[in-house]
Amino acid sequence: MRPAGRAETESLYFRYPHFDPPADRASLTVHRPVAIVGAGPVGMVAALGLAREGIRSVLFDAKATFNDGSRAICVARQSYRILDRLGVLAPFLGKSLGWTTGRSFYRGRQILEFHMPDGPDEKYRPMYNLEQQYIEQFLWDAIAREPLIDARWQSAVTAVADTGDGVRVSVRDPLGAYDLTADWCLAADGARSAVRTMRGKRLKGENYEGRYVIADLKMAHDYPTIRRALFDPDCRRGGTILVHKQPDDIWRIDYQLRDGEDEAEAIREENVRASVAAVLQELGYDGAWDLEWWSIYSANTLALDDYRDGRVFFIGDSAHIVPIFGVRGLNNGIADADNIAWKLARVLKGAAGAALLDSYSPERRGATLDVFANASKSARFMTPPTAGWQLMRDAALNLSLRHAWAGELANPRQMTPYTYVDSPIVAPDDPTFGAGAAPGAVLPEARVGDGFLSDRLGPGFTLITTDAGLAGALDRPDLTVVALAPETDAARTLEMGPNSAYLVRPDTHIAARWRVATAAAVRDALDLAAGGVPE
Amino acid sequence: MTPADVETVYETLALQLDAVDAEKRELFLAKLALLLAHDVGDAAQACRRIHEAAEDLDV
Repeated sequence: MRPAGRAETESLYFRYPHFDPPADRASLTVHRPVAIVGAGPVGMVAALGLAREGIRSVLFDAKATFNDGSRAICVARQSYRILDRLGVLAPFLGKSLGWTTGRSFYRGRQILEFHMPDGPDEKYRPMYNLEQQYIEQFLWDAIAREPLIDARWQSAVTAVADTGDGVRVSVRDPLGAYDLTADWCLAADGARSAVRTMRGKRLKGENYEGRYVIADLKMAHDYPTIRRALFDPDCRRGGTILVHKQPDDIWRIDYQLRDGEDEAEAIREENVRASVAAVLQELGYDGAWDLEWWSIYSANTLALDDYRDGRVFFIGDSAHIVPIFGVRGLNNGIADADNIAWKLARVLKGAAGAALLDSYSPERRGATLDVFANASKSARFMTPPTAGWQLMRDAALNLSLRHAWAGELANPRQMTPYTYVDSPIVAPDDPTFGAGAAPGAVLPEARVGDGFLSDRLGPGFTLITTDAGLAGALDRPDLTVVALAPETDAARTLEMGPNSAYLVRPDTHIAARWRVATAAAVRDALDLAAGGVPE
Repeated sequence: MTPADVETVYETLALQLDAVDAEKRELFLAKLALLLAHDVGDAAQACRRIHEAAEDLDV
């Protein structure tokens, strides 16, 4: 919602573009390999991922501009790695605010300062704040330059029917209605996914009690990019408040409603203004501010049982809804898009078996369930659901005034990327390794020469090896071999001996690793990671 | 702990329970439980005692 007198997309800092429906009507019904429903960040990343592999797609969105209701702001390191590989990261780095630190306060006193893992070996910071409008703008700018993506705005998908070897997509726009066929469909149409409803699928899971008002405001507040959490503050006894800095002097404030507080009343403009003013007083800010936008939400953990329905894959919020506390809504959606894009592209190109696609749901649904476990923990601390959780939360906060270990209970432990433990295309670990990054995990970052290990990765699969002889024995079209000298920082990070190797997938997850690698073992792991040899 | 030590703790806790506001007693006891568990330094033992303390409440 926006203040009285301002139109729906009349922002204080962002100019929403207007997109017309497709003017060229002649080629609307031409068959496409992939139809993507929803041009939000997740659908756009999927389209860009496919285009990077040379796969053409058509991208539908029912709206005439970007999202206004969805307001992700925290983009995690792994998402930046994905955007980097797509070649679209530069504007994100130019605009966003990187951060590593969070502070928690209880009744006005700081009880915890946490630092997310970071250091000179990392190419990107653990987290970046950027308004979703900019995220969509920067992705859109890349799509507008990409001839392999046919984006159609004001185009509502009204049916997705199976044809046996593909789907028939029915589309309606202001100029007419038409059908087209595609080999595959990606449903990236968000939390209220129309495709999900059309396919008769339902999200299952839990709703949490806590309700939050989420408000963006513009103010010249002099505080670094540090996430603040206020527990039981004077301005909102019993409630929790989260404060995030965004670019353009925009600040995100989430404040919890009290039990029994009426939602309709809470989101009236004058009440939002009064609540925000009280929060600002608590923060010690007494300057001018302007209200940009507000909404209300409650925490949910909801997911589909299976992210695949025949030729349709669900990616992003259409497949799962997670509480905001783990900052995993957008980030997991981007990882979904990245995961399905490389797999679908290889199946379409005949470079992988169709079984590769069966790995999408277990890998990405596993990531969702992992978020549920972590986010549920955070949600229970932020908004205790019962008297027992409430009492222990209050006890921990109260103790934290004198004992730092109790304050650690308020650490949200923003998550690292999920390790694909139960994936059918990830090899069992070589037991001679110690801890480190096992198969299924994201490849750790390390310094290599003047750059980083991730800069050396090829466009498809990459074999990182300390055995220079392996390269000659492996001549595969989709494989780049990166030779590392033993005893370098990167080799040490990966616990590599003189003949070790890591096989890294196009999404930078590790497919297999060996202390002592052989060409035959690498070939077998490559076949496994590609879902078997194509029929 | 000698019987005298246990008695000292028993008395100190009784006096402190009376000294805190009635509506803060639960919070006080929850804090105390966390503090002592942290001192014990053994999560499994602390969890066993938590379950044990819930027994016989309705006798």
